[in-house]
Amino acid sequence: MRANEDKTVNYGAIGSGGGIRSLRDHSVDFGASDAFLNEEEIMTMNGEVIHIATCMGGVVMAYTLEGVDSLRLSGRLISDIYLGKIEKWNDPRIVIENPNIKLPDLDITPVYRSDGSGTTFNFSEYLSVVSPEWSRVMGKGKSLKWPAGIAAKGNPGVAGIVQQTEGAIGYIGSEYALTLRLPTAKLKNRAGNYVDATLETISAAANVRLPDNMRATITDSEDPNAYPISLFTWILVYKDQSYDNRTYEEAQDIVELLEYVISPDGQKVAAQINYAPLSEQALEKNRRLIEQINYGGLPITP
Amino acid sequence: MKDKIFRFLLFFAALIILLLTAGIIFALVSRSTEAFQEYGFWGFITNPEWDPRPATEEYGALSFIIGTLYTAFFALFLCIPFSLSVALFNGEYFKGKKISSFVRSIVDLLAGIPSIVYGLWGFYAIRPLVIDLGVNAQGFGIFLSSIVLAIMIIPYASSLSTEFISMVPNKLKEGAYSLGATQLEVIKNISLPTAGSGIVASYILALGRALGETMAVTMLIGNTDRIPKGLRDTGNTMASVIANQFGEADGLKLSSLIAIGLLLFVITAIINLVAKLVMKKVASI
Repeated sequence: MRANEDKTVNYGAIGSGGGIRSLRDHSVDFGASDAFLNEEEIMTMNGEVIHIATCMGGVVMAYTLEGVDSLRLSGRLISDIYLGKIEKWNDPRIVIENPNIKLPDLDITPVYRSDGSGTTFNFSEYLSVVSPEWSRVMGKGKSLKWPAGIAAKGNPGVAGIVQQTEGAIGYIGSEYALTLRLPTAKLKNRAGNYVDATLETISAAANVRLPDNMRATITDSEDPNAYPISLFTWILVYKDQSYDNRTYEEAQDIVELLEYVISPDGQKVAAQINYAPLSEQALEKNRRLIEQINYGGLPITP
Repeated sequence: MKDKIFRFLLFFAALIILLLTAGIIFALVSRSTEAFQEYGFWGFITNPEWDPRPATEEYGALSFIIGTLYTAFFALFLCIPFSLSVALFNGEYFKGKKISSFVRSIVDLLAGIPSIVYGLWGFYAIRPLVIDLGVNAQGFGIFLSSIVLAIMIIPYASSLSTEFISMVPNKLKEGAYSLGATQLEVIKNISLPTAGSGIVASYILALGRALGETMAVTMLIGNTDRIPKGLRDTGNTMASVIANQFGEADGLKLSSLIAIGLLLFVITAIINLVAKLVMKKVASI
């Protein structure tokens, strides 16, 4: 499917919270988020909302350590670092995972997001899966209560501090880190392999059984090549497009946009900006979901 | 006729300012009631917890109030020797000289630099020095923010102090000189005591400026939602927590952030009022 040059999409990068709020108020045609709506949030929307996965991303651990250009970490280590239980880079627990590297006797400065963020949600969701202690003490969410480290706003804020601070480590959206080519740690996945975040390893994380409504987290994937902190990013639209005097043509435009996003052309654009393409299984489920979008019960056909 | 129109325009302009201020206060009060109803006024400002997780959601302003007072007062402390010497330089030693107007315009220039530029300068130039000093491992925190804040408020503190010092009546000083006092003795015993409350007022205004500074502090303080344990620790100020968390906030968190905004508004208003009162006292001398 080709891009339609006659139509313009206005996208406001106001954060997913703002996007969801605007969708609830019917002031936008669709919202987008890196975290799917939970049952409670779905209930507050003015109508049934469906989630269309548009592409995949990851959360990477960027760090700055002079002379260390390859670092291996596990979920447990990341959890201990952010809980303030590992404070030095040459802690034996890190050394065991990195036997061939000389790690300095230097304080670790964990950096996290000061603003609410889907990146924080996916990062903490992963740590909740792999670390019982994290699950108990921290939990998962778009913003948390942090016992250690310092905070900065947005991916650029975290990346800026990590790049400029010897001994810092921070979690950053993979699309941002891959574009900047920041040094990032290899993470130990469920199969025990250490993997870099690349478009291929992120896509591989979706090689699991996905639910029909596509509302799934895919962290700590079973696939042996998968990058462990991978995620879908979704567009949220109302299933019935006939609200607020909208026209049938407007509904057609939305469906056409969604079909373009999941078409090979659309997915190619995603890869150009370092988002990983969707697997065939995910694309198929997406198509089923888009078919359900209707106009007061009428099917929407081009 | 023209006169009447002009009068009306002025009246109208003044009225708009009043209405705008009232509108800001109304918006702050009405949108912060949710937080104050939930926790109570004292409960909100004495609670150090800031926990945004839905299951254990709880918001209190204490850690940000302490962070704000900590950075602002330490900045004020750091700025006194510099702004006082600038004021004496311009208002006493080189009063009316070319060099004085040159120094004055340079200091005024400091006030015109956007705060994000101060933030960048603190981040790239001062932070490495703070790390080398061994304050803490990453440089961010109360100490770094206060240093940069101190430089930002020097022009506010010094330009007013200069005015007050140069306003000290010449006959007082001449009297002292005729008794054989040295210039240092004149400053110590005549100029500073006479201009004293005016100088105090200018430092109060500078403090007000330090309390509300947002961008530079946000970039340098570390943004941690805890009570800072000391100068070496990181923290958050009332202004910086709003700047950091406003975007994604909703519900009780949004209301709590607006409540912090209201508190900051009230604190700054009180500070300005106090400075005005002190200055009035000077003017009446």
